[in-house]
Amino acid sequence: MADTHQGETRRDFLYIATAAVGAVGAASAVWPFVDQMNPAADVLALASIEFDTATVTEGMAVTVKWRGKPVFVRHRTPDEIEKARAVPLADLPDPAADATRALKPEQLIVVGVCTHLGCVPLGQKPSDPRGDYGGWFCPCHGSHYDTAGRIRKGPAPKNLVVPDYQYVSDTVVRIG
Amino acid sequence: MAAKFENSIVRWIDHRLPIFTFMHHELHEYPTPKNLNYWWNFGSLAGIALVIMLISGITLAMHYTPHVDYAFDSVERIMRDVNYGWLIRYIHMNGASFFFIVVYIHIFRGLYFGSYKAPRELLWMLGVVIMLLMMATAFMGYVLPWGQMSFWGATVITNLFSAIPVVGESIVTWLWGGFAVDNPTLNRFFSLHYLLPFVIIGVVVLHLVALHRFGSNNPLGVDIKSAKDQIPFHPYYTVKDAFGLGVFLIVFSAVVFFAPNFFGEPDNYIPANPLVTPAHIVPEWYFLPFYAILRSIPDKLGGVLFMFGSIAVLFILPWLDRSPVRSGQFRPIFKIFFWILVVDVVALTYFGGKPAEGWYVIGSRFATAYYFIHFLLVLPLLSIFETPRQLPKSISEPVLGGGAGLAGAATAPRENDR
Amino acid sequence: MIARIKTLAATALVASALAGPALAAGEVEIPKQDWSFSGVFGTFDRASLQRGFQVYQNVCASCHALKHVAYRNLVQLGYNEDEIKAIAAEKEVRDGPNDEGEMFNRPAKPSDRFVSPFANDEAARASNGGALPPDLSLIVDARVGGANYLYAVLTGYKDAPADVKIPDGMYYNASFTGSQIAMPPPLFPDGVTYGDNTPATIAQQAKDVSTFLAWASEPNLEQSKRTGVMVILFLLVFTGLLYATKRKIWASVH
Repeated sequence: MADTHQGETRRDFLYIATAAVGAVGAASAVWPFVDQMNPAADVLALASIEFDTATVTEGMAVTVKWRGKPVFVRHRTPDEIEKARAVPLADLPDPAADATRALKPEQLIVVGVCTHLGCVPLGQKPSDPRGDYGGWFCPCHGSHYDTAGRIRKGPAPKNLVVPDYQYVSDTVVRIG
Repeated sequence: MAAKFENSIVRWIDHRLPIFTFMHHELHEYPTPKNLNYWWNFGSLAGIALVIMLISGITLAMHYTPHVDYAFDSVERIMRDVNYGWLIRYIHMNGASFFFIVVYIHIFRGLYFGSYKAPRELLWMLGVVIMLLMMATAFMGYVLPWGQMSFWGATVITNLFSAIPVVGESIVTWLWGGFAVDNPTLNRFFSLHYLLPFVIIGVVVLHLVALHRFGSNNPLGVDIKSAKDQIPFHPYYTVKDAFGLGVFLIVFSAVVFFAPNFFGEPDNYIPANPLVTPAHIVPEWYFLPFYAILRSIPDKLGGVLFMFGSIAVLFILPWLDRSPVRSGQFRPIFKIFFWILVVDVVALTYFGGKPAEGWYVIGSRFATAYYFIHFLLVLPLLSIFETPRQLPKSISEPVLGGGAGLAGAATAPRENDR
Repeated sequence: MIARIKTLAATALVASALAGPALAAGEVEIPKQDWSFSGVFGTFDRASLQRGFQVYQNVCASCHALKHVAYRNLVQLGYNEDEIKAIAAEKEVRDGPNDEGEMFNRPAKPSDRFVSPFANDEAARASNGGALPPDLSLIVDARVGGANYLYAVLTGYKDAPADVKIPDGMYYNASFTGSQIAMPPPLFPDGVTYGDNTPATIAQQAKDVSTFLAWASEPNLEQSKRTGVMVILFLLVFTGLLYATKRKIWASVH
């Protein structure tokens, strides 16, 4: 057999090329089976919702379902806004000025999921306990949120999340 | 003998859990006849088809809803909204057909080359069990999309059991979990359709254990006599199987991407309606030969018995064909009858897809008759009266005076020390 | 040339003689049409899709649902987000319950699936003389002959031959199995006015709406073909390499 050195190199190259092409093929074949677990088109289509804030009167709160989670829309009273603004940032575990918490001060929109372990805090209904700071109170492990949805006391590390939203008209917001 | 491994981690693991020794033994030392032709590719191909079906099936189950009100819509949601759902479903749908194509070729290869003969009888019988399990799995899988064919196929096939005397009706009611094919039926079929493939894996393992006991049969049907006759499975047959897989995937992709509904029935895109039966009920193509046998017998119980009988003869095949010569290559008359059987099964497939009327009925009766005559009469008689051609002494030596089988010195690539 | 035509004619004769017995009694032969979406590289003709959608909306939608297709899917036809919003908003969907526990109607959104003309199958039957207008989302996949069949039925309305009696509420259609169909002739010349000034003949409308419904049945057809071409090209290369490797490895075995 004429197994010259050159022949061997060519053979090694062939093996490596075949294996490399095979690896590329296998990797691309895996992708559809991974991607199928990502949100499907009908789920993504519901990823943003529109909500008319005019339906929420002053002092009231409404819970909207968005991406499978509750979103709290609260029409804050001037008193509540004032209370939220008066707090020195240094007193906050997760400092954030009230102005950064809402596009329109009277309408506070936050994701109603406690940043501790994912429970839904109380405080939407007038009869609910609202915690020591007049916002929301998470019954699971006792986190207190203020009227801007900021964490004030308890184990939760962060403020309630403000979702991406924009006003598409004077009162209608698109969340997501 | 324990294999020596260079890598110390491999050695450490292998000392405690000898998987590397096992793999080395089964892949590298495992002696394989060097003369296997491409018909021998279909065994490993069937294994890969099973894996393709498992992966696509498990992912489909993540999105499918087994409820009569949602099943059809959930399949459509997979087709339209789930990322690559259309691809995965078409892979699964056509994968079933290709799995059967591969397995049927594998079976006919075994029939031609006498792979069912001693000492491989159990290997063969386990294979028949796998085929039966595949049929049950495929049947229940076809019900899941809950289209018209799903529903009426399920109704007709489960009604076969009503042919059993005395307890038949109770068995059918038990299978249905109600008084017709309905939600309980769909739920249990989904459960079993998910379960059975894993049972198949179990039987495949047994199939492989039995195979590795005596190694592969080969086109000449003579046993391995010396190291000259054999080569290690890896890399020779791994690369040959990989090449065969490539060819298979090309054909498979052509159907999946360009004619995904080629094997399907348009009626199954109509949601199940228990009040209206489609004009032509046809099972999936891979059931057609058996369906033709069922319909060719003008008696309910008789038809069912003959249908199951057509598989039962395969179980006793090793004792029907007593000829000591394995390979059909050396059996001139057997060879002719083998091809008649192939044509016969193709004819049965054809008749099974046609309405049961006129000439088709007569044709399918003849075809059914030949099927059983072949196994029960022709094969036993051939083993008595046929004079086989002279067998070669061994795989690497030609028949006496045979000529050019051996060109140059065969170097056994690896000494086998067992 | 003439010889070639003769051969062609002869082939056609033989072919039809062979095809003849394959058709059972009452079945009709469906002539094949040229479709933009057939073939390995076929894609849906966007203009035809939009015209077909217009025909569906103006003609079919009053009786036939399209419940597996969502308004958002119209993006594939070339409509933009605002156009789709407007198309969806023309229809009302039942939603709820609201905070008072009442069900209410609201305009459809792009995320909704096409609103069905009837609340349920029974209502559809009651309004259509007992015949159920089938959902059209899968009609091309669900009929032997697919789009060709659809086209043949839509253009198959003719005056009944003298010896055929058509009962009240039924119409003669040469392409429909049994030649009797409960659907009144849906298409009329200029029954719709196309925005792109394509003459709206019956044949044109039938072709366009069949194209649209072929898309509705298989919205992923284009992606499938595109992916398929790439996958097969890749596999040809890979299998070629495997063959070369196999030859190399087996070179020493005799």
